[in-house]
Amino acid sequence: MEITLTINDRTFKADVEPRLLLVHFIRENACLTGTHIGCETTTCGACTILLDGKAVKSCTLLAVQARGKRLTTVEGLMKNGRLHPIQEAFWEEHGLQCGYCTPGMIMAAYHLLQENPNPSDEQIRRGLEGNLCRCTGYQNIVKAIQSAAAKLA
Amino acid sequence: MAQKYLGQAIKRTEDPKLVSGLGHFVDDIKLPDLHNVCFVRSIHAHARIRGVDTSLAAALPGVVKVFTGEDCRGIGSIPCASSLQGLKVPHHPVLARNKVRYVGEPIVAVVADSLYRARDAAEAVSVDYEPLPAVVDPEQAAAPNSTFVHEEFSDNVAYVWSLVGGDVDQAFKDADRVIKQRMIHQRLVPAAMEPRGVIARFLPGEKELTLWSSTQIPHLMRTQVAIMLGLFENRVRVIAPEVGGGFGSKLNVYGEEALLGFISMQLQKPVKWIETRRENFTATIQGRGQVGDVEIAVKSDGRVLGIRYTVLADLGAYLQLLTPAIPTLTGLMLTGAYRIPNVRMDVTGVFTNKVATDAYRGAGRPEATYIIERAMDLAALEFDLDPVDVRRVNLVSKREFPYATATGLSYDSGNYEAPLKKALKISQYPRWRRHQVKERKKGRYVGVGVSTYVEICALGPSPAMPAGGWESATVRIEPTGKITILTGVSPHGQGQETSFAQIAADMLGVALEDVLVLHGDTGVVQYGIGTFGSRATAVGGTAVYGAIQKILKKGMLLAAHLLGVSRREVQFRDGKFFLKNDPTKSISLQDLALASYTARKLPPDFEPGLAAIYFYEPTNFTFPFGTHVCVVEVARETGTIKILQYVAVDDCGTIVNPLLVEGQIHGGVVQALGQAFMEEAVYDEIGQLITGEFTDYAIPRAGDVPWMQLDRTETPSPVNPLGIKGVGEAGTIGATPALVNAVVDALRPFGVRHVDMPLRPEKIWKLMQKETS
Repeated sequence: MEITLTINDRTFKADVEPRLLLVHFIRENACLTGTHIGCETTTCGACTILLDGKAVKSCTLLAVQARGKRLTTVEGLMKNGRLHPIQEAFWEEHGLQCGYCTPGMIMAAYHLLQENPNPSDEQIRRGLEGNLCRCTGYQNIVKAIQSAAAKLA
Repeated sequence: MAQKYLGQAIKRTEDPKLVSGLGHFVDDIKLPDLHNVCFVRSIHAHARIRGVDTSLAAALPGVVKVFTGEDCRGIGSIPCASSLQGLKVPHHPVLARNKVRYVGEPIVAVVADSLYRARDAAEAVSVDYEPLPAVVDPEQAAAPNSTFVHEEFSDNVAYVWSLVGGDVDQAFKDADRVIKQRMIHQRLVPAAMEPRGVIARFLPGEKELTLWSSTQIPHLMRTQVAIMLGLFENRVRVIAPEVGGGFGSKLNVYGEEALLGFISMQLQKPVKWIETRRENFTATIQGRGQVGDVEIAVKSDGRVLGIRYTVLADLGAYLQLLTPAIPTLTGLMLTGAYRIPNVRMDVTGVFTNKVATDAYRGAGRPEATYIIERAMDLAALEFDLDPVDVRRVNLVSKREFPYATATGLSYDSGNYEAPLKKALKISQYPRWRRHQVKERKKGRYVGVGVSTYVEICALGPSPAMPAGGWESATVRIEPTGKITILTGVSPHGQGQETSFAQIAADMLGVALEDVLVLHGDTGVVQYGIGTFGSRATAVGGTAVYGAIQKILKKGMLLAAHLLGVSRREVQFRDGKFFLKNDPTKSISLQDLALASYTARKLPPDFEPGLAAIYFYEPTNFTFPFGTHVCVVEVARETGTIKILQYVAVDDCGTIVNPLLVEGQIHGGVVQALGQAFMEEAVYDEIGQLITGEFTDYAIPRAGDVPWMQLDRTETPSPVNPLGIKGVGEAGTIGATPALVNAVVDALRPFGVRHVDMPLRPEKIWKLMQKETS
């Protein structure tokens, strides 16, 4: 099937199998490997991206479902060579260790802060319900999102 | 040495690429003509393979070749590095022939030109199984009438191992009370967020096989894969790119690594396999898996005279790299932070029809700490003493170090009372005890759990290790004065690119940005051991220290020559060699490096260049310690546990970067919480893993986790010059008993003295259905 979609303001046109997962399109066709695969069952959140501004898990969407949509991946957050305040906050607060869940966490945080620019500790934890991290124990991720909220305010 | 960076909370140099999605994990590496491998894995825990039909699969579009066990006869057995006396080591093929022995065991490998086509082809393979009775429960495995996992052995017992110290029988005779308890350490799934993965590329011209693998031990893997494939070791290169967590599960040599290499050589194409999460659950090693009986001999004042532990270790169907060795670590640490002069541990390791157990964060030590810390609480309960007082009676005092344990270890340094005192103060322990009494009267159940742990780190002196316990570093001062460090450790989230740069920058008086730390590529880095056993900074960092010492020594010679004085008249500080008597006469490290490479004016017999390699062999392990205090409230109506407070005061020796240390503690505590409250690899009676995905196996989410209050004491280790002990596993070791002790304490009014992990609400709720006493 012919699809056209936009990822990080770049337009991609491709002829894809109907069964192709969106995450594979992003990683293989668009060569944007910052979006990771951790489970393929919509549980771990490593593949979280923004689809028309909303956080979705790209491992259980088909590429054809994203036809005509605007996608943002973690690579699209940096502007003019500068880290996005959320990325900066994850760095400053040591909100990552191995870094595998990080792109998904950052995209989930992006969406969370758009919905609620000043979230409480509990609201952040609830907002991250769909994202697993095995390294950090989440404490510094929560701190990073609080710090990012302050930066973005 | 200037202390500009050491001890400071420096942001990690690793992070900018990781937060921007620009790091490269195995699956992110692109090679031309890269083909995909998928596996057909056993759906039975135990079965005879009557036949495998690959004809349909082989005929599908894009399929290059289908490999069965028969095709791979030439590949050696998957290695076990442990050499316990009398150990039975079954042949462990990369692809099963004739028989399968656990759900997930690979039988067929399919190679195709895309992932989707490889998956289609794997589905088209049909395997004709004759199911056999499965040996699932370790006690059943040890029974005389059990089915054998391996027909060539006369039973399922892989080994029997004992550790004896002191006179344990006498201790039990002298005791006022003997306390017994069965304790279960359930199997856990390490579940690194990045599953395993391998890319293999054989270059026929260069005769070089390169493996990109998500591993903690690239060099050990290179040696083992070369042996398995009959290749010269120096023609195999292993690269561990970004590795998305390991926790011990990637401290191994798996069949897929050698097999992918073999396939690439056969097809003369690069091939890739990325583990699915289902494969990760069923076919990557699991942790723990001990069922044991603990007995302690106690005096009425709480003094523990002796401890006995008789345990069955659930090894699984085959032995992976360190499978049999893990329970022996439990034995070594069984007496914990206490003066217990008499000890006996008897382990029986049994084969079961399940994937192998092996090292999972803590590896044998969380079991030891859990046993002894639960036992301390049982003793307190028996004599109606405060659990803190029982610990105080038994703790090794700071005057006793180095302390020789009954298990044969020498605890390097310690002050166990200090973190205990601090943790009690931060948590306001007496206040919680009063609160608990008041709340009970209102029908609310609050519990306080304490754990005063000690752990064994910095693995370790080579005679005590299966494959060398030293670590290596090369430090190069490049001609422009930039510093390159090649370390033999293989960090995958621990942050040594930063912490080693901190050590080097302070020792050499340069800016942190001038130091680059390279690791994880056997084509670049000298032989090394890797990252596991909380060893990277204590052992690997000391190797960096040693290499820099060598460079400075050499630099002094050249500096003296260039300044026209004798060696004794020169000193080095803040990046400059200068005259002791006249510091204005100096040469910078940068100028000296250039002079060493241009080599126009060198002392006689002086080797050009400014680089050094150092292999550091530790003389002892290190023994970090600390106190964790946990306060919980258990809901009578639902059995759910709410953590009201969590305090961790840890002492891991000298700290290079507090940010990294805190991160390690946070992560470790939460993995402990997973074990204590949520996680369990559940197999049914026919050996099916029924918690085989994240949808069924609960690892902690952000909302399950309390806010942790961290503090520390700092008791340097005398074992290495920097005084570092290590911290990677402290959380999983120290926290589990604090969490469980707290819940059991809360359940005391219900007559509960022990609950096996995981403490799921259903289990707790049932225990609370009795009348209160």
